[in-house]
Amino acid sequence: MENTQLQKNQTPVTYLKPSKGWLSIDFKELWRYRELVYFLTWRDIKVRYKQAVLGIAWAVLQPVLTVLIFTVVFGILLKTPSQDLPYPLFAISALLPWQLFANALQRSSISLVGNANLITKIYFPRLAIPLSAVMAALVDFGVSFIVLIAMMAYYRYMPGWNMLWLPVIILFALLTALAVGLWLSAINVQYRDVQHMVPFIVQVWMYASPIVYPIDIIPEGIWRVLYGLNPMVGVIQSYRWALLGGDQPDATMWISVLVVIILLVSGLFYFRRMEKTFADIV
Amino acid sequence: MSEIAIRVENIAKQYRIGLLQERPDTLRDLVTSNVQRAGRWFKRGDESRSEGPSYIWALKDISFEVERGQVLGIVGRNGAGKSTLLKILSRVTDPTMGYGEIHGRVGSLLEVGTGFHPELSGRENIYLNGAILGMRREEIDRKFDEIVAFSEVGRFIDTPVKRFSSGMYLRLAFAVAAHLEPEILVVDEVLAVGDAEFQRKCLGKMSDVAQEGRTVLFVSHNMSAILRLTQETIVLDQGKMVMRAPTSDAVDHYLNMGLTKQGERTWSDEDIFNHKGPFIPVALRVLNPEKQVVDTVIAAEGFSIEVEYQLSEDISGLRVGIYMMTTRGEFVFTSFDTDAEHMFDEHTTRASGRYISRCEIPPDLMNEGRYVLGVNASSYRIQRYFQDDKALTFTVDATGAPGMQWPEPRLGPVRPKLDWSIGKVGR
Repeated sequence: MENTQLQKNQTPVTYLKPSKGWLSIDFKELWRYRELVYFLTWRDIKVRYKQAVLGIAWAVLQPVLTVLIFTVVFGILLKTPSQDLPYPLFAISALLPWQLFANALQRSSISLVGNANLITKIYFPRLAIPLSAVMAALVDFGVSFIVLIAMMAYYRYMPGWNMLWLPVIILFALLTALAVGLWLSAINVQYRDVQHMVPFIVQVWMYASPIVYPIDIIPEGIWRVLYGLNPMVGVIQSYRWALLGGDQPDATMWISVLVVIILLVSGLFYFRRMEKTFADIV
Repeated sequence: MSEIAIRVENIAKQYRIGLLQERPDTLRDLVTSNVQRAGRWFKRGDESRSEGPSYIWALKDISFEVERGQVLGIVGRNGAGKSTLLKILSRVTDPTMGYGEIHGRVGSLLEVGTGFHPELSGRENIYLNGAILGMRREEIDRKFDEIVAFSEVGRFIDTPVKRFSSGMYLRLAFAVAAHLEPEILVVDEVLAVGDAEFQRKCLGKMSDVAQEGRTVLFVSHNMSAILRLTQETIVLDQGKMVMRAPTSDAVDHYLNMGLTKQGERTWSDEDIFNHKGPFIPVALRVLNPEKQVVDTVIAAEGFSIEVEYQLSEDISGLRVGIYMMTTRGEFVFTSFDTDAEHMFDEHTTRASGRYISRCEIPPDLMNEGRYVLGVNASSYRIQRYFQDDKALTFTVDATGAPGMQWPEPRLGPVRPKLDWSIGKVGR
């Protein structure tokens, strides 16, 4: 589409021409717009908790209430096995990365349409929008992390050195959300059906991930491999392992990684390809 | 030799029209239309490919250059392609064809307050909006006080902008945008908002920007702003560039464009598609004393102006009026049919039906020249039903006007016949 280069007199030159086909991703430009990503993230968070009496405390309350429900329904009533962990701890250790992912996915998939007024009026790398939506979810996650720490203290669980893997695992969860979010947000620009489908997708996806039940109940072999196609399986397994110990994530993890890489790269290219039409059809 | 800031060659932009029916907007439509297409394909082979949806060229073959430091105006009717052109230049959308190059950072101001969030405070919105417009954080820090001072919102700066009056909101939004410092500034119709005093302030800021030697592309319907700020202007009509000339010529051309019949302007349903009753304009006419529609009237004889319109329902407090402007964009006067007290009392409510409001322009009032007539129909402070600032242009001829013994042009839009007395008061 357009590229900017420095001439001898330091004036950046922008070329306008019709763009066709697949485009490369201009990470350099995205980096120049990092402050915009920051401000959009900051806006999303600010606005989300404005005029709510409890404000950001909702980021704590939501996981607490959900864990409570899970504990009653799955832990106490259904007696779901929980890898020898107290059920509330078992649930919250999966719920946090899950909610990070679900939040990031939900926000990013509607982000382009939600920012239509910007897209039709100002130029900036469109990637900044889903990216900032994903980052906003990270802030909620940071706050709700307090709940996990409190519960680990209550049950006297001390995390080991495995904990150092957490940033990598969190990044992986974010990339998963971004990968799917890129696809969905770009499709949503033209087909608003996406925003009606997303809550349903999230719900199905949650039950397809080892959140309320342990991964052991999935039979080994081909079923486990298929199960691993869901990248959140790897995320949740390794997150639990990093904090609470137990079984190390097995080879299914690599399937998850591969799936995310494929989704992310294809998502980026699809997004770039559709990007130039956003302003015209959103 | 001066440097080129913007060069575009044969830029064109195509849009698909009839989107509501043609484009599949939901997956279900996509599926059904694909099934239909497949069905057609089986029946008629390749034929279905050519029928396709209908397209419209919003811009066609636009080529021009802008030198560094030049302020270029762009005028055209609604739908002429002005906004599309600015969107392409500011990279919001891609051209369908053509090529262009832009030397320097572009700041675009296609709308005041883009990205303002009502829930955020004035302070927060300054940062957010600044970042969206491409300012760096330290740049905003540095200019923060200046922006607040310009906007005059002062102590409300920490109040959510949803509590601002619309005037405060616009002032703040414009203040942020006005402190952008790109080499090329692309501005769309920003001056169409706000009260007269604020508009003056914006205009002042715009001419400062121009004097700083930055390149400015300026779209406006406000001819006096265009005349004041630009030396050269492009006229767009139906997606094509019909003229590029010194601003006064371009504005004159623009104001005279597309008049169906001289001395009369009529509105068809198509022209007023976005004015869905209750006031439907029919025609605006300039009449000579014999009540004939004419393009040229003689000032010394007087003339009349009439607006014909249809009311689809009863309207109370309606006033229908005209603006008279010079082709330079200066207002000569504004007058409404219910200005006179007895008219106001008698026509408080106008029942639905067809009307003509006619006013007499007395002899020996106007100076010779070409004038622009605008129409306005509104209920004061309640609603504006219709407005067209440049509905018609006509010529006033000076035959028989006072002072014709001297063949010189007289300055000013009026040329009244005044009673003078000459008395000797000394030796």
